[in-house]
Amino acid sequence: MEEVKESHQKRWIHLKKVLERPGPFTHPEFEPSPDILDFILSTCKILIIGAGGLGCELLKDLAMMGFKHIDIIDMDIIDLSNLNRQFLFRHKDIGVSKAQVAANYINARIAGCQVTPHCCPIEDKKEDFYRGFHIIVCGLDSITARRWINGMVVSLLNYDDNGVLDQSSIIPLVDGGTEGFKGNARVILPGMTACVECTLDLYPPQVTYPLCTIANTPRLPEHCVEYVKVVQWPKENPFGVALDGDDAQHTTWIYEKALERANQFNIHGVTFRLVQGVVKNIIPAVASTNAVISAVCATEVFKLATSCCTPLNNFMVFNDIDGIYTYAYEAEKKDNCTVCSNIPHPVDIDDPCKMKLKDLIDFLCENIKFQMKNPGLTTTIDGKSKTLYIPTIKMIEERTRPNLSKTLIDLGLRDGQEIVVADVTTPTSVIIKLRYTISDVEIN
Amino acid sequence: MEVCESFNNLTEAALQKKDGEGTPRSGNQKKASAAQLRITKDLSELNLPKTCSTEFPDPDDLLNFKLVICPDEGFYKGGRFIFSFKVGPNYPHEPPKVKCETQVYHPNIDQQGNVCLNILREDWKPVLTINSIVYGLQYLFLEPNAEDPLNKEAAEVLTTNRRVFEQNVQKAIRGGYVGGIYFDRCLK
Repeated sequence: MEEVKESHQKRWIHLKKVLERPGPFTHPEFEPSPDILDFILSTCKILIIGAGGLGCELLKDLAMMGFKHIDIIDMDIIDLSNLNRQFLFRHKDIGVSKAQVAANYINARIAGCQVTPHCCPIEDKKEDFYRGFHIIVCGLDSITARRWINGMVVSLLNYDDNGVLDQSSIIPLVDGGTEGFKGNARVILPGMTACVECTLDLYPPQVTYPLCTIANTPRLPEHCVEYVKVVQWPKENPFGVALDGDDAQHTTWIYEKALERANQFNIHGVTFRLVQGVVKNIIPAVASTNAVISAVCATEVFKLATSCCTPLNNFMVFNDIDGIYTYAYEAEKKDNCTVCSNIPHPVDIDDPCKMKLKDLIDFLCENIKFQMKNPGLTTTIDGKSKTLYIPTIKMIEERTRPNLSKTLIDLGLRDGQEIVVADVTTPTSVIIKLRYTISDVEIN
Repeated sequence: MEVCESFNNLTEAALQKKDGEGTPRSGNQKKASAAQLRITKDLSELNLPKTCSTEFPDPDDLLNFKLVICPDEGFYKGGRFIFSFKVGPNYPHEPPKVKCETQVYHPNIDQQGNVCLNILREDWKPVLTINSIVYGLQYLFLEPNAEDPLNKEAAEVLTTNRRVFEQNVQKAIRGGYVGGIYFDRCLK
């Protein structure tokens, strides 16, 4: 027992130097205390999204840093091509869930660490799951997934009646990304600093070629592959299913057809590898870039969890194609961001059993705060979108007109329901949140 | 400085948050996705020219709809052309997928319904809207572009003999063979 304690002391000696002593570079309001280490070791819950190139690095970094309660989520299974850089996986693990194998490896290797794997798409987990974490860190390869988790952490924010953010509802998001020798790391404080949606324009668009070029005047081997993918596949539909870049049969078919087309136009350079690259939009992954970006992200997680140092504010880029270059700048929060500037406006409803949708629309038009002209309303009920009323589209107007004379209760709108309102008077959609004041009356 | 202070408050708040204990929050419906928010705005501000109309098979599904164009001038006057729009979860980072469902004799639309319009692919930008695409498509019918063809034969006819092109278009709209390809009738 004594021995265990001693090794424990030694293991965290470096963290203690940072967390239990003041220093010239600490955060101005930082108060050194042994409690902070205790928080990391016993309380702090971290979620890692993605168990791929960045995810393996992140899990290793955070676990060795002392974080003990780590969840990791990834829907993918291990593929042979992952093994060169996703170092928690071995040949025998091919075909098994990434999250599961990564968690097992770390749990076996690092004493006291409890990694919980989740082998599912992030969309399968609900608000309550994400709310349970102190910090979320992402190692993702898709913009769609980044936008989804960003929307999730923003939707967890609480605002009071004056629109003031409740700070305890903030779950910081640390996001890393790599592409070949380039990478970036950023810290998002939802509701306070720029979110993924604020900076959506920063993501490079997918490489596309003009349709007429690939159809008539191909010059590059990529044009031939793209032609087969976009035109020939839907036309001939050789396997009767949608194109799957992971299916060897599919890629082989594309490769053969693309080669035919290349020969026809005297184009050289169509290889199987190129076909795979174009079909799946593959960019070669570089292990060292993942290591660098993950180290930055893990450090940010540590800073956020401990306050021992001011976190990155808020976007860092890294590039080592030609020498080493890094730069950090403050990405600006957008005032009209559809996601993070869209603070739900509470609307008090006296009696949802009597109030009709028409009354709600009249309220939005007449109320001094909204003064709308001709609003369209949609909402989400049980995860499914529902159009309440859109006056500007003839067909929808006709179909949703009967909703106007239904009461809010009849429409299935509950207390706390968020309704998306689009109107010419606002640059983006506005969200209103229904607040029923009737609950007491019902009890009586 | 304001940000620094907030950071500190944040950690204090986090420290107080007990393990596994969520902050209570009323209402537990899933929030509309960013794509959903944006398309709602796009559609409610849709300003269709009088030659265009939309069809929504399911009013609750704003992500899949059809656009009907009935040009009232130009080569394609009198025809009725249907386009399907599929708006993906990555909208507006990625453009919607637009296909022409009506067979049409047009230099920039092929037999599979692929449409060669720059803003549908290489020139798409998130600031563009559904309205931009509607106007782009309408323009294709007013000014078919023979320089970037998808249907090379049609493009060739357009450059060499506009009269014959016009006749071919009208023949195709009424239903019949043009250049060995049968076109279904699509008169308004």
